[in-house]
Amino acid sequence: MSSSKERALQARDKPAALGPDLDVGGYSRNPQDWSNCPVSYLPEDIVKRSSDVGIVPDEEERAATYFQIDHSVVFKAVQKMFEGKVEVLSTGEALRKYEWLKDYWWNLIKVDIDKYTASAELNWDQGYFIRVLEGQKVTLPLQSCLFVSTDNLNQNVHNIIIAEEGSEVQIITGCAAHSNVNRGLHVGVSEFYIKRNAKLTFTMVHDWALNFDVRPRTAALVEDNATFINNYLCLRPVKSLQMYPVAYCKGANSRVRFNTILYGSSDSHLDVGSNVVLQNNGSRGEVISRAVARDNARIYARGLLVGKHGNSKAHLECRGLLLSDNALIHAVPELLANTEGTELSHEAAVGKISEDQVQYLMARGFSEADAEALIVRGFMDVNILGLPENLMERMEKLVETTTQRAL
Amino acid sequence: MISNDWKGRKRWRMLKVSGLSVEVGGKRVLDDLNLEVPKGEVHVLFGPNGSGKSSLIMSILGFPAYRVVSGKIWFKGKDITHLPINERVKLGIGASFQNPPAIRGVKLKDILRSLVSAKGGEDSRVRELAETISFPLEFMERDINLGFSGGEMKKSEVLQVLAQDADFVMLDEPDSGVDVENLQLIGRVINKMLKGRSALLITHLGYILHYVDADMAHVLLDKTIVCSGNPSKILSQILNEGYAWCEKCPVARKELCKPETNLQL
Repeated sequence: MSSSKERALQARDKPAALGPDLDVGGYSRNPQDWSNCPVSYLPEDIVKRSSDVGIVPDEEERAATYFQIDHSVVFKAVQKMFEGKVEVLSTGEALRKYEWLKDYWWNLIKVDIDKYTASAELNWDQGYFIRVLEGQKVTLPLQSCLFVSTDNLNQNVHNIIIAEEGSEVQIITGCAAHSNVNRGLHVGVSEFYIKRNAKLTFTMVHDWALNFDVRPRTAALVEDNATFINNYLCLRPVKSLQMYPVAYCKGANSRVRFNTILYGSSDSHLDVGSNVVLQNNGSRGEVISRAVARDNARIYARGLLVGKHGNSKAHLECRGLLLSDNALIHAVPELLANTEGTELSHEAAVGKISEDQVQYLMARGFSEADAEALIVRGFMDVNILGLPENLMERMEKLVETTTQRAL
Repeated sequence: MISNDWKGRKRWRMLKVSGLSVEVGGKRVLDDLNLEVPKGEVHVLFGPNGSGKSSLIMSILGFPAYRVVSGKIWFKGKDITHLPINERVKLGIGASFQNPPAIRGVKLKDILRSLVSAKGGEDSRVRELAETISFPLEFMERDINLGFSGGEMKKSEVLQVLAQDADFVMLDEPDSGVDVENLQLIGRVINKMLKGRSALLITHLGYILHYVDADMAHVLLDKTIVCSGNPSKILSQILNEGYAWCEKCPVARKELCKPETNLQL
């Protein structure tokens, strides 16, 4: 038995440091089987749900597509004009194809951090391998979708994303559950490698289900002059979501930016942080989050900046908007400097909608409800994501739908 | 709702405020105030800082913090004393503010588009309006009032009132904190906008009156209007002698029973 299996076995009951503890054995390991199928041929309701999280069925609009339902890889393809520039495989295939990949596997994330990483090792259900080859600037976004179609299913994916030296790419990942799904557990382990002079923008949108639990485990390694932008949006109710992705600015002049937009409703428990570790000369980090909580939602918006090199700098900005007296937002910004010359700063603000703002808009003729919707929509400003126009419009749409549905 | 104007002509009344007393947080800010603005007339409101000029505008608009203790406000013949802000505005009131709040993520463009489309206009109308007030288009993309300079704020406020296309316009010191060139520009735009409309204009030093023809002026002193009359005459008195002149005035001191005598100015 490999050593990672052994360590996983030892950690199989180890609770996570944060978030409600879950009984991993309480979810089903019996998925529906899906065979290969282009996205546009999938059942209409699946196409619709995946488009809610930014996936387009027309593969022409994306450089490459990966689509997984439950434990089956149903589609993966690279458009002809991008062949030889990007590679998209299931991680199972990729591990068979590339001997070197084992050095990237469980490299940034320890297998025995908690029962969720352990479960991803012990019951591994594929995931995507995306690699952008050296020097390739990919002009169209890549897309991947992780979909759950079976109620009470446990889905454990392990993804590897590599941006080779000098490459540039936009990846959009949508994770969603079928409308028939009520309960389930998604564990997603993602290891990102952004090599010298590369730039990777990764945008992930989640739309699960009312009683669904989600435990992503993400880490990124950013080399010299490389940039990693990680965008995350969760706008629909979920039972519990806990994640604390980390980016290691290992290279000189490495840059990281985490942008998070959370809209917590019903009884959602969202515990989402971003962790930047500045390890080299000129490393820069920025963490921006916007959290809106209504109904009985609880949002823990965390951030941790660690300065380990003299000439490094990072800033954390966390804003929360409370729309209900029963909701809760707990902002936990943390700065840890253990070397002279690192500059870390944060600003955090949590409050309810300002009456001044509402009344000002009412004096322009907006009804109270419309004024509030406009303010909430503005608060969840997708401009912070730094996306190209067409992706930004899609994100704007998502935010708009959320606020319209809500108010 | 017909009343006689100060020259004795019959005019449709746009706004009537009678016996209005208002409190903010338990503190009296307006006291038994009376005011009428007939249709098609532009009225100016003078008064020292803290006399209650902005409070009057906020009370006419219906901001909840301005609690009406007694008196009534009529607009176009309708009692609006207890209507919510947006319903008053829908009847045809547009107002510019002195210190509007910044709203993150809400673009000036978003508000203007919605105002223009409420009047059945196209998006291109927003661009036209911005051009009339020489507002750079990139400004449309900025978060409203966030980091706006004094001049930008005034322009943005006037621009929004323009887009509202209201029958009755209230402008709260559109001329304060603005440099000479922008004052000229804003003054001309306001003058054009007010043609054929009714308005209540607050001005501290009266600069805007170089550009705008006003029909009537009122002096607000210590929570109430103490005298009304010819705008240029009242302004020159104030500029020459300050509000001390008003404080000495027998009418303002309520030593005379008939305020009309003061209108001989």
